[in-house]
Amino acid sequence: MSKQYETVIGLEVHVELATKTKIFCGCSTAFGAAPNTQTCPVCTGMPGSLPVLNRQVLEYAIAVGLATNCDITRYAKFDRKNYFYPDNPQNYQISQLYLPICRNGGVEIETQQGGKKIVGIHEIHMEEDAGKLIHDEWEDCSLVDYNRSGVPLIEIVSEPDMRSAGEVIAYLEKLRQVIQYLGASDCKLQEGSMRADVNLSVREAGAETFGTRTEMKNLNSFKAITRAIEAETERQIDLIEAGESVVQETRRWDDAKGESYAMRSKEDAQDYRYFPDPDLTPISVSEKMLEEIRARQPEFRTEKMARYREEFEIPDYDIEIITGEKPLADLFEAAVALGAQPKKVSNWIMGETLRLMKEREVDASDLCFSPENLAKLIALTDSKQINSSVAKEVFEVMFAENVDPEQYVEEKGLKIAGDEGALRKTIEEVIAANPQSVEDYRNGKEKAIGFLVGQTMKAMKGKADPGAVNKMLRELL
Amino acid sequence: MNMNIVEMTATQLSAAIRAGETTATEATEAVLAQIEKEDKKYNCYVTVDRDGALAQAAVVQKKIEDGELSGPLAGVPVAVKDNICTEGLLTTCSSKILHNFVPTYTAEAVKNLQKAGAVILGKTNMDEFAMGSTTETSAYGPTKNPRNPEHVPGGSSGGSAAAVAACECIYAIGSDTGGSIRQPASYCGVVGMKPTYGTVSRYGLIAYGSSLDQIGPLTKDVTDCAAVLTALASHDTKDSTSVSRDDTDFMTALTEDVEGMRIGIPNDYLGEGLDDGVRTAVLQAAAVLEDKGAVVERFDLSLVEYAIPAYYTIAAAEASSNLERFDGIKYGYRTEEYAGLHNMYKKSRSEGFGEEVKRRIMLGSFVLSSGYYDAYYLKALKVKALIKKAFDKAFSKYDLILGPVAPTTAPKLGESLGDPIQMYLGDIYTIAVNLAGLPGISVPCGEDSGGLPIGLQLIGDCFQEKKLIRAAYTYEQREKKF
Repeated sequence: MSKQYETVIGLEVHVELATKTKIFCGCSTAFGAAPNTQTCPVCTGMPGSLPVLNRQVLEYAIAVGLATNCDITRYAKFDRKNYFYPDNPQNYQISQLYLPICRNGGVEIETQQGGKKIVGIHEIHMEEDAGKLIHDEWEDCSLVDYNRSGVPLIEIVSEPDMRSAGEVIAYLEKLRQVIQYLGASDCKLQEGSMRADVNLSVREAGAETFGTRTEMKNLNSFKAITRAIEAETERQIDLIEAGESVVQETRRWDDAKGESYAMRSKEDAQDYRYFPDPDLTPISVSEKMLEEIRARQPEFRTEKMARYREEFEIPDYDIEIITGEKPLADLFEAAVALGAQPKKVSNWIMGETLRLMKEREVDASDLCFSPENLAKLIALTDSKQINSSVAKEVFEVMFAENVDPEQYVEEKGLKIAGDEGALRKTIEEVIAANPQSVEDYRNGKEKAIGFLVGQTMKAMKGKADPGAVNKMLRELL
Repeated sequence: MNMNIVEMTATQLSAAIRAGETTATEATEAVLAQIEKEDKKYNCYVTVDRDGALAQAAVVQKKIEDGELSGPLAGVPVAVKDNICTEGLLTTCSSKILHNFVPTYTAEAVKNLQKAGAVILGKTNMDEFAMGSTTETSAYGPTKNPRNPEHVPGGSSGGSAAAVAACECIYAIGSDTGGSIRQPASYCGVVGMKPTYGTVSRYGLIAYGSSLDQIGPLTKDVTDCAAVLTALASHDTKDSTSVSRDDTDFMTALTEDVEGMRIGIPNDYLGEGLDDGVRTAVLQAAAVLEDKGAVVERFDLSLVEYAIPAYYTIAAAEASSNLERFDGIKYGYRTEEYAGLHNMYKKSRSEGFGEEVKRRIMLGSFVLSSGYYDAYYLKALKVKALIKKAFDKAFSKYDLILGPVAPTTAPKLGESLGDPIQMYLGDIYTIAVNLAGLPGISVPCGEDSGGLPIGLQLIGDCFQEKKLIRAAYTYEQREKKF
């Protein structure tokens, strides 16, 4: 490769909002119900049915817009995007084209070089999700589940401001963090509550104009996004180097194969015949409504970090990690509120929690153990009822199944024997069985005590506090 | 009991039922017998729900006897246009594409009638998807005008209007997107009203032009019209365009009083293309109201010639999108043989829709397509706003606007469909009312030389139905005074 190239990336991010009901009807949005059980005439597009906007969707969209420094459109509208496909029961999707709810925003990200940059947000619009098609190979037919039809989405369209996979991930993490802090979505890539389409082009370094871009779909994890960006950059540079041209098209990423293939080119692009939906009245956002939403905005990360520095004596590094993901911060605060010492809670999060999350590929939003149980576990170690190796063992079970540590320790008999009589008896036996070591200790060989503690712990099957054993041994000798 | 039930108005029949002179069941049986006898001639109905009607009648009769129901519609049989959803009862929009469609829910307007004690007889014929002015575009054969079966009943609510005229129901409901209640009412010699946009819920009305559609009554007289509108009107949270009104007891407007009422007749509505017979009848009606104390004068409304192109652009655009859901996938007609999804869509829709519907879908798709949107659709919306302004100006001067409903009386069957443009021009006096969202009423005002009915149209400002009803009622009382 003789020339230097620059990658130019813009993202279209779909986020499923965490409303209890759908965007235009009262059906539940709960995940995982039996097919077509969360449907009604509206979300199955029955003739004569009409959409009515769920106010919570509007409020979430505005809240995300405010948190990403957007201008809020005071007179917004919904438009129909017309296209025929069976997952879309009306054969049009209610979306926003002409007057989207938020425009001209941006978020700050940290670049890999350690600097900061703003990624612009072109617009955020509200729309409805489509149903899910299931292709039955055996029966040679397709089935459709409309439970997801009408689930509210916002689409966040960035400006083409990113230049690397690292910046893309930083931008997505930033969006996820802000939206999670708002409680507007759990933003899980794997489950599809956050989906990113990558628009990418390359150009010679220093060029003024953009190259021809492609749009990449089916990216279900940060890893897949990174790999797809790298592969697509390389593919486009190879084409250009070979004297060919990049075709404007939509491509689908196959993460297993590590390559993408063309889905449809620009020539196949449909005319969606957008027009304002006459069934929905225009949305007027009043100053009062904006003020109410502003007043309800939660404490975002920067404010939270400042407060943590003030309130808790934990290292800056811990604060950064814990506030980086809302579920971690929630866990931390809840456990501390239950009386656990902040530094100890932080240690559990920074240590075992992060280790197991990484090892088992668990998202922070999927952590299953409760702050109550974490606080109990800390209390058990504080009161020396279990030692630290037992605590780690219990934590692993808690991490997997959210067991109550008190109950678990009791049932499994993991408690340090608090019974002094039993300990004294064991130590007396150990002393009797090891006359040589006793002799050595009495002759001033300090090391011998370690051996005797070990023997005692072994006899107690680990359920003793080594400090207490040490103390009693010295007494009895 | 010596009375002819089928000829009664709803108000008369409900009074007779309350008085114990007849029952809801007896009334329903009488109307069903009339349908049995007459409908082969007129083809007013797509579906008659004989068993369902009798079952409802029994329930309603019991409620009347228990004192739970006492209004002017209690126990009265009604016919419902076939584009209004009725749970468990076939609803076809007179289209092949919905030949087997049975809704899973009932339209809010029908529910409101049921609450008032209505007995649903069945579903009336119409122009396919309400697109047409003659009820000849129905996939289930044309309806004929009971006043002269060689003529059309008008449309698109032709089945409803004809059913009222032929006494095959006591009253009916229809929908009006560009005149579809008022024009057939005029052609069949009955009363028909299109309420202010937003007054009657559209939930369950299978949409044609969503921003223009309104459900309304077709009745034998103005009193029934007021009674039915009172029952139909409601604020429905399931319809975003539904309006909350607290002035919907329209019975209070049934007073014979137009003293000092200012009525304007647009010169634009008396110009070229208007039949002499219609002009004479309409001006005579104006004279009657003047005689009763109204102040009548002529004025220039303006922009009338732009209403038709604006209407056909907007209605067709909305229809092209509204009718996309009829694709053969979920319900309705699906072609027998197809190769793949898109071929199935194409064949099902090509075979399932009729000519006029396809024409409007294509027209609507064209005006919305990229590169034409601004030139056609957006421009039509601007014209719509200007037309509303012209009416606003007129209503700053007048309480009501008076004119004909249609330029002619009912044409003969088979005369209209060959020339769609001519047919579209027939809507010239009615469609501006829909574009401006106004209420309008059609009241019989005489006959032409061939004995075909002529309709008088009164148009009010938004939410001024009571003025319309008062003037229409006053006019209707004229014969009693002569």
